Amino acid sequence: MPPTERLLSDETLDAIRAHFPRYPNRRAVVLPALHVVNEYLGCVPIRAVVEVADLLGLAPAEVQDTLSFYGFFKQDAPSGRVRIWVCRSLSCAALGGEDLLDYLCEKLGVQPGETTADGRVTLEVAECLGACDFAPAILVGTTLHKNMTREKIDALVASLEDSREDDLS
Amino acid sequence: MTFGEIEPGAGLKSALARPPADVLARIDASGLRGRGGAGFPTSLKWELAQKSKGDKKYVICNADEGEPGTFKDRVILGDFADMVFEGMTIAAVAIGARHGIVYLRAEYTYLRGHLEAVLQRRRENNLLGENICGREGFDFDIEVHMGAGSYVCGEETALIESLEGQRGEPRNRPPFPIDTGYLGNPTTVNNVETFAWAVCILAKGADWFKRLGTEKSTGHKLFSVSGDCRRPGVYDLPLGITVAELLAEVGGEDAKAVQVGGAAGQCIPRRDFQRGIAYEDIPTGGSIIVFGPGRDMLRVAKNFLEFFIDESCGQCTPCREGAPRLLEGIEMLHRGDCSMTYLDELCSLGETMQLASKCGLGQTAPSTFLSVVQNFRDEILGRTGGN
Repeated sequence: MPPTERLLSDETLDAIRAHFPRYPNRRAVVLPALHVVNEYLGCVPIRAVVEVADLLGLAPAEVQDTLSFYGFFKQDAPSGRVRIWVCRSLSCAALGGEDLLDYLCEKLGVQPGETTADGRVTLEVAECLGACDFAPAILVGTTLHKNMTREKIDALVASLEDSREDDLS
Repeated sequence: MTFGEIEPGAGLKSALARPPADVLARIDASGLRGRGGAGFPTSLKWELAQKSKGDKKYVICNADEGEPGTFKDRVILGDFADMVFEGMTIAAVAIGARHGIVYLRAEYTYLRGHLEAVLQRRRENNLLGENICGREGFDFDIEVHMGAGSYVCGEETALIESLEGQRGEPRNRPPFPIDTGYLGNPTTVNNVETFAWAVCILAKGADWFKRLGTEKSTGHKLFSVSGDCRRPGVYDLPLGITVAELLAEVGGEDAKAVQVGGAAGQCIPRRDFQRGIAYEDIPTGGSIIVFGPGRDMLRVAKNFLEFFIDESCGQCTPCREGAPRLLEGIEMLHRGDCSMTYLDELCSLGETMQLASKCGLGQTAPSTFLSVVQNFRDEILGRTGGN
């Protein structure tokens, strides 16, 4: 087999290594490492699993075993630049969350779990976000958006479009 | 909130002024029980961890707040992070630990920067690190570890597995974490709120804490209230409060039912609103979801079952296979083609899940289904599939 180019950058590997002193052994670094990769690549493809395993001195199967348990890490394709999580839990669902999810699907033209064609947004369904006092709630990346309405969704999606134009200019 | 009235550092100061056995005795006298919902006596957990042999001991804060309808830990971590870290430090004094870990759910990533900043300030003020508060040889520090979107990791042995870099699957118990916890070391895992109350108890005394609550459920508890009520939010109320009293407080008097304890809890119908919220009656980790007169209880049961199917780790058969059968039953009830005989079968399946599942997730997965069938029979029977 011809040698393949490394997928993870030096910067990514260093960010993983930075966790080593915080943990008593390398196996315990698996989840932090997966978070780091996910942050850089938007997903954790199999090649990254092999490289993480190599770095941690583990078998690739051990890392893959852990990864496959957690819903947070995508493997097949990167997430969109922004991941929007719509809470489906009872308080949010009852106070308009179900309607908001339908509205977002329609507006973005995707089903939950899918990414828009322009790679901008991945729509996700979340179990309880722990923000039931602000139902219906959604998480945009790591930012909590409270008491959502269709109007607020409109403004949010428009702001994501604007930021894309800024990036291009 | 009570936490706002406690002088910062008073709890730790009091803990450092007495031998570890006295710290345990004070917590024991207060009757403090686990605020995550299971209600295990905190002093007993700490005492067992303290007595376990091992050079390395761990204090773990369970901040994997994932029970549907619970958000009080989010508020505590946001507004009273110092109390939580101080409580963990007191636990370290009590059991003789040098290492602390906060397991924070991925959905709360927005709290991480704040928590790291508070930890850093505590290190600078000699409240963490080496020779804490000038006491020779008392070293303790805390790391924040991120979860990755799994509800079952809130179960303490699954949480430990996850911390070790494994799949977050619950372990068989015994052995218990108090002697065989993180990487095989003695470990105490406590809820965010439990640590904060431990600080209050050390600062103000056991009698102060016990003045409220019931004999078996002493003290205050934070409640996360949401759903069909006028004033959702976090409430600091004495344990033993009746459902009716709580509803009056939050503006949900016309409720037809209240879900106490989240998806894993119980659905309390109106006729039981005089019952008390306490470990010996209706236990809760703090989740209170109010259902107004118009709510469809079948949809409530459906929402929770979909949740459990999503979150089941799939290890044991009763949970993995049982929950989808119950969900199928709900769909049959909705269409109006579930016979009474089959409904009885499903209830018996639910009871089997309660008895035979390996961990709390599977054991509690059928509870809402069972209580809706029991308490809202008229509402769920005789449907024809329409809305």
